[in-house]
Order: sequence, then structure tokens, then C-alpha cells
Amino acid sequence: MTWYERRASCRWSAEAALRWWMRGSAALAGGLVVLVLAFVLAEALPLLLRVGGGRLFTDASWQPTAGRFGIGPLVWGTLLVAGGAVALAAPLGIASAVFVHFYAPQALVRPYRRAVELLAGIPSVVYGLWALVVLVPLLARLRPPGTCLLAGMLVLAVMVLPTVALFADASLARLPPELWRGAAALGLGRWATVRAVALPAARAGLAAGVLLAAVRAVGETMAVLMVCGNVIAVPADGLAPVRALTAHIALEMGYAAGEHRAALFATGLVLLAMVGALVGAVHLFGRRGHHA
Amino acid sequence: MLEQRELAGVGEARRLVLPARAGARGRARAREGAAGLGAWAAALAVAGLLGWLVGEIAAGGAPALSWSLLAEAPADAGRAGGILPILVSTLLLVGVCLSVALPLGLGAAVWLAELAAAGGRRGRWVRASLDALAGVPSIVMGLFGSALFCRTLGLGYSILAGGLTLACMALPIAVRAAEQGLREAAGELRRAAAALGLGRAATLLHVLLPAAAPALLVGVVLGIGRAAAETAALLFTSGYVDRMPGSLLDSGRSLSIHIYDLAMHVPGGNHRAYASALVLLAVLLCLNALAGWMADRWLARAHARC
Amino acid sequence: MGSRGWKAGALLAVLAGAVALGAHGGRCRGAGAGARLVATGSSTLAPLMAEIGKRFEAHHPGVRVDVQAGGSSRGVQDVLAGMAGLGLVSRPLLGAEAAQLRAFALARDGIALIAHATNPLPGLSTPQVRAIFRGQLTRWEQLGGRPGPITVVSKAAGRGTLLVFLEHFGLQAAEIRAQALVGDNEHGVKTVAANPGAIGYVSIGTAAADVRRGVPIKLLALDGVVPSAEQIAAGRYPLVRPLLLVTRGEPGGLVRELLDFARAEGVDDLVRTQGFVPLER
Repeated sequence: MTWYERRASCRWSAEAALRWWMRGSAALAGGLVVLVLAFVLAEALPLLLRVGGGRLFTDASWQPTAGRFGIGPLVWGTLLVAGGAVALAAPLGIASAVFVHFYAPQALVRPYRRAVELLAGIPSVVYGLWALVVLVPLLARLRPPGTCLLAGMLVLAVMVLPTVALFADASLARLPPELWRGAAALGLGRWATVRAVALPAARAGLAAGVLLAAVRAVGETMAVLMVCGNVIAVPADGLAPVRALTAHIALEMGYAAGEHRAALFATGLVLLAMVGALVGAVHLFGRRGHHA
Repeated sequence: MLEQRELAGVGEARRLVLPARAGARGRARAREGAAGLGAWAAALAVAGLLGWLVGEIAAGGAPALSWSLLAEAPADAGRAGGILPILVSTLLLVGVCLSVALPLGLGAAVWLAELAAAGGRRGRWVRASLDALAGVPSIVMGLFGSALFCRTLGLGYSILAGGLTLACMALPIAVRAAEQGLREAAGELRRAAAALGLGRAATLLHVLLPAAAPALLVGVVLGIGRAAAETAALLFTSGYVDRMPGSLLDSGRSLSIHIYDLAMHVPGGNHRAYASALVLLAVLLCLNALAGWMADRWLARAHARC
Repeated sequence: MGSRGWKAGALLAVLAGAVALGAHGGRCRGAGAGARLVATGSSTLAPLMAEIGKRFEAHHPGVRVDVQAGGSSRGVQDVLAGMAGLGLVSRPLLGAEAAQLRAFALARDGIALIAHATNPLPGLSTPQVRAIFRGQLTRWEQLGGRPGPITVVSKAAGRGTLLVFLEHFGLQAAEIRAQALVGDNEHGVKTVAANPGAIGYVSIGTAAADVRRGVPIKLLALDGVVPSAEQIAAGRYPLVRPLLLVTRGEPGGLVRELLDFARAEGVDDLVRTQGFVPLER
């Protein structure tokens, strides 16, 4: 206990410093998105004031230099690509975490985890390159052009898989060991333990992982740009080309000026609103689940 | 507290306490079998995907891989020479990013998990805005970082500006991971610490952070991955210069930008792009192993003191 | 706790110090020599400009040429904002920009129609190209080629290549019926290489360099003229765009020197190795 007595005299100042550090970080972290939002809004404002935000959704086509700013199909594009990717990645990622905790031989756990971490660090342009050189020709054989919604979904699913898997892994790791003793005492098998005990107990962490994956899928740019075909239209099926909001901004921002540029920032605003809605929905849902 | 130890090498205890007699009834046994098969299939699928990807990258990059790739500066738009300055810039970028995002993220996470009233409005807002921040597309983040760090703060195209922009992107991941870890660190630990009369600082350092370490580690690893893999946000902030950086205020090209440039702008750049990707993967493996080793040591020391 | 708290604090302090020191060092050097030239803009031009910059540095010790990529509009904005002395622009200057900037041609870039290497057609005529990109011809057998659908690969809005292409063929952006839209040149090449029925258009230098390296694409003759640097130099191949350097106002000092250096014959070999056509002098 000597260390404690020694520290007692300066405890107050350490406590205060700690408190201010935490408050400051939280304020900064929370305020950052407001700053980003303000910046994007300021860039988009000239256009929004002149033509109004509704035109983004009512205009039939996107010809910014001719004064037409319709981005409705892009919203669909983002929803379809990201939604499909998460629907593929979430079960696979959670299953992979369950494997690590309940089925993998001890010797496999560490290498397997490293492998998943490695997937998280491959640059999106490498995923894009791989998909464009390997995946797209395969899909083109089914039906040209090959750069299509399905290609985007698949490559994006691989990209967000580690996010789901690592978060699920960590949240399973945090469950208290009493749970397993209880399950063992009840004579539950492995799968019964997973289904009835582990997954329900870890659901907050699992949900957080899936949410982050969804958010990442919506925000992902380079790979989506490279493999989706980028035609501005609502795709009729999985083999039709599609353009996502992010790809739209990345494709045209470097070469846009004036109202075209402002319209791209307005697109960014729509993207932020979508992410905001997603986050809001999950938070609302999470709270209701909490009360129930 | 000792149970925390197994977090590093999870599973052993669990497998020991789970009896192998998988239910008495046949249906249950069939379900168990199917589930086991499913888990193995998922793992194989993930491993297979990685193998396919890395195999493709290795096959494409192997011809260009050599010692001079690591030891020389690039020439002929990246088709000749090496990637040494780019490697250095990348490490500096990741360093700046982590040294800003980690303390900030940890602070915000502790505030969220410990100080903000449970279910309170302020905590909810901070959490929601962080989630929204995670969804800002990287190119918009790049333009934002360019306007704030490069122009307003006068850093110009520089590694510092790039690292700060990366920190903005890694922050939500760091906070989310750390907070989840702190929140799920067993409540008894906290009460026990309070009963011992530990101050907040001591509780945090001795009890909560070690308990949250695995989650924190995931945050760090994902953050490193995100930082090293980022392209669009860096193009507008840390820039494109492939020279050895003299300071953090010099522009420096990251490996991912180099790969992007080789793949999308330089005819015949594919092999070099794949070789650079291989190097990036090796660097990531080292960084991840380092992070894991540091977390293990941290855990071990925390236990030694208990 | 004592020692650990200390260590954590010390680590943070060291990191902060390193950042501050790095910042300080950079500032001193920047102020001392004052000889840093920044050129930003078109990602098509950036690799060439970076090579020119390296050669310029070799002739002018103490001078640093920093080249940044990010798109033609980026170059225009950075020059207007004073963040760069030179802008790299691979599209025509738009209305307001032309009034604010001075433009200098650096090199020329031809645009070639490309198809998959297995496509048996040697070339196309101007009306055929127009019909294909308008969606009036949708199958290769209508052109006497191997049966199959045509996959039209076009460029995204605002790209220099697209603007030149549209102008030459008298097309409107809204008329184009594409199955895939691409950004950068290599993106276009890889998309066409992935698809046996595809047709697209990219920078000649890029396409020729890729063909030499065994990428499965071929350059299509336009109205009987095979696209090549020689045909452009001889004035026979019509689809050509200038690659521009832009400055705000009349350039002076080092910017002027770099500008003259980049436009002189001394760098023609670099222009050629990056796949472009040197200026006519």
C-alpha cells in the first residue's frame, strides 16, 4: 500500500488532469464530425441555395454542366452494394469468430487471427485490382460487362469481413468465464452453448461490429469505383452496372469545377445523411432492445 | 482477475469445460455436427479468400521483388528502382496517426464508458457523431483534411497533415473498440477497485485498461490497417512526392498511394504494384505482431502487480 | 502505478516532442532555402512532371520540385489558392478559368480507341464509332465482327479524354450509352482487357505501353489511320489533346525556369518514355 500513500498527495491533480483529458478528447471526438459536416455544407451551399436540395432527387438525370443534378439512382446503388456486402459478410464474420472460440484447435487460433487482421490491412486499391483482373472476367463470361453490382458486393463483402470478424472475436473474448461453466453444468453441447449463451450475451459487440462494417461499406470508395461499372442507373439485376455515391464523388471530384463541384459536395451531404440515418436507426433500435 | 489472462489465448479453458458428450438425443447431435461443419466451412472460406488474394498478389509481385526494391528510391514513375522513401513515409504516417488517435480515442472512450451518465444525452450524441464520422467517405475526409490541415493550419502537403487526417479516420474505430472493451470489463472489477479506495487514475491504469486490452488491441490493429490502406484521403493531404522525407512537414507518398498510382496510372505497373502490396502486407504483419506483443506484456505486468 | 504512469506520460511527451521537432525542422528548412516548387494537378501528367522535376533538381542543386496528383481541377484550385506555383491540367480550361490563368502546352497526348486483343476488327470509321457510342449499333456482327454484344466503356464526366472524344465525334455527353464508365487510363485498359466484347478509348501512350507488356488489348485504326506517336507527329491522327501547365499571372523566377525547362527539347526523352508526344517546335 506504500505506493498509494506516496501518490495520495498529488492524487487530486492527477485526477483533475485525467478528467480534463477525457472531457477534451470526448469533446474533440464528438465535434469532429460537426466540423466535417460544416465544411461539406459550406462547399455545397452555393448550389443548394440556387437550385434547392430537392432537385438532387427530382431531376431525371445527372448532367451537372447542363444544370441537371439527379442522383437518385446513386442512392440505390450505395444501398444495394453496401447492403449486399454486409448481408454476405456478417454471417461469415460471426461464424469465423465462433470458429476461433469454440472449434479451432489451439494451434490454429493465433495464425488464423493474424490472417483475418491481414485481410483488414490490404489497401482497397489492391482489392479493386484483384477483383478487376480476376473476378470481373469471370462475371463477364456470365454476361458482359462484368463490372457490375455483384462484383461490387463480393469485393466489398471481403473487405468488411475482417471488421465483423475481429469485433465479434473481441466481444466473445470478453464474456465472463462463468458463462461457460454454467453451460457446461447444464450439459449443453458446443453449438447449444454458442446459440443459447454466447451469441445472446455478446450481441452488443456483434451489433457494433456489423454496424461499423455497414458504415465502412457505405463509405468505401476505390474498390467499388474499380469494379462496379459506374453507370448512373438503377440496376435491373446483379449483373448490371451500378454507381455508388462514393465512387461518384471520387470519379468526378478531381475534374469538376463550379456547380459540378458543389453538386458533388451535395452528394457527400446525402451520403453523410444516409450514414447518419443508419447510425440513428441502430441507436434507436439498440435503446428499444435495451428497455425490452 | 486471472481469467483475463486467457483473453490472449482464448479458448483453452472453454474447451476444457465444455463436455464432448454432445446431447443425448440424435437430433441434437446432428445439429452439433452441422454447426461444427458450418464453423469450419466459414473458417476455410475466410482462409481460402486470403490465400487466393495473397497468392494472386504474390504471383504478380514475385518477379519484381528484390533487395533493391527495399533499398532504393523509385525511378521511371515507379517502374524501376525501389520503394525505400515510400516505406519510410508510410511508417511516419502510421506513427503520427497512432500517436494522435490513441490518446484521444482512449480519453474519449473512458469518458463515454465511465463519466458520461449511463444512457445520458451527451454520451449518446458523442457516440452517434463518432459513428457518423466513421462513415465519412475517405475522399471527403481527404478534401476536409486538405482544407483544415493543409490550408487553414498552414501545414501544406505534408506527412503531418496526412497523419492528422488519418487520425480523424481511425478515431471512431479506436473509440468504439476501447469503449466496448471498457464497458464490458466486468462491473465487479470496478466495484472492487472502488472498495479498495483506488482513485480514478489508478483504477483506470491497473484495472480497467488491462481488462479492456484485447478490445483495444483490435481497435489499434484495425486503425493501423485503415491508416496503411488509405488512399483517397492521403492523396490530398500527405501527397504524392516519392522522395525521402526530411521532416514531418515534407510531403511523402504512402505505400497505398504508390500502389494506386502504379495500378491506375502507370502502364506496366502491375508487377510493381503487387510487389509493393506484398511489402505492405509484411509491414502490417510486423506492426500487428508488435501490437499483440505489447498488449501481452501489458497484461502480464498488470497481473504481476495484482 | 507510479512507474507506469510515468512511462506513459514520458512516451506521450516524447511523441509530442518528436512531432513538434519535426514540424520545427521542416519550417526552418523551408524558410532557409525558400527553393521549393510545387506543381499539382492531373494524375495523367503527374508521373511525367515528377520525372521532369527530378531532372530539374539535378541541374539546380538546393531546389526541390514537389509534384502532387489529384486531378486537373485540383491543379487549377491549388494554383488559384496559391498552394502551388504550377498546375497540371489535362482537360481544356473552362470558361472562368481561362480568364484567371495562363496556360502553356507541355506535351501532346493522342487518344486511341481500344478493343480486346481477340477482337478481329482492325479498325472503325467515324460514323461507326458515333453509332456505337450512341447505342445504335449494339452487336459486333453488325460491323462484320465476331458475334456478341458490344460493351461500351466510356469515361466519367469532366475527364479531359471524354471532352476531346465528344468534341471530335460531335457527340453530346447525354447521348453516350455506356455499359461501364471508368476514371483513369489504366482503369479503362483493365476494364477492356477483362471483357472480350468491350470497346473503349484511352491515351495512346498508355495503350501502346500496355500492348508492349502483353496486356490483351489492341489499338483500333480510326478511318484507316493506326494511332501512334508517329502519326500524331505527322499530323495524320486527329484525336489529340494538349497537356497543359498553368500559372496564375505571368510566371517569374524559378517557376519560369522550370516551365521553360519542361517545355525544352532536353526533356523530350522523358515525354516519350511516359508515352506522350513532344511539342512541335
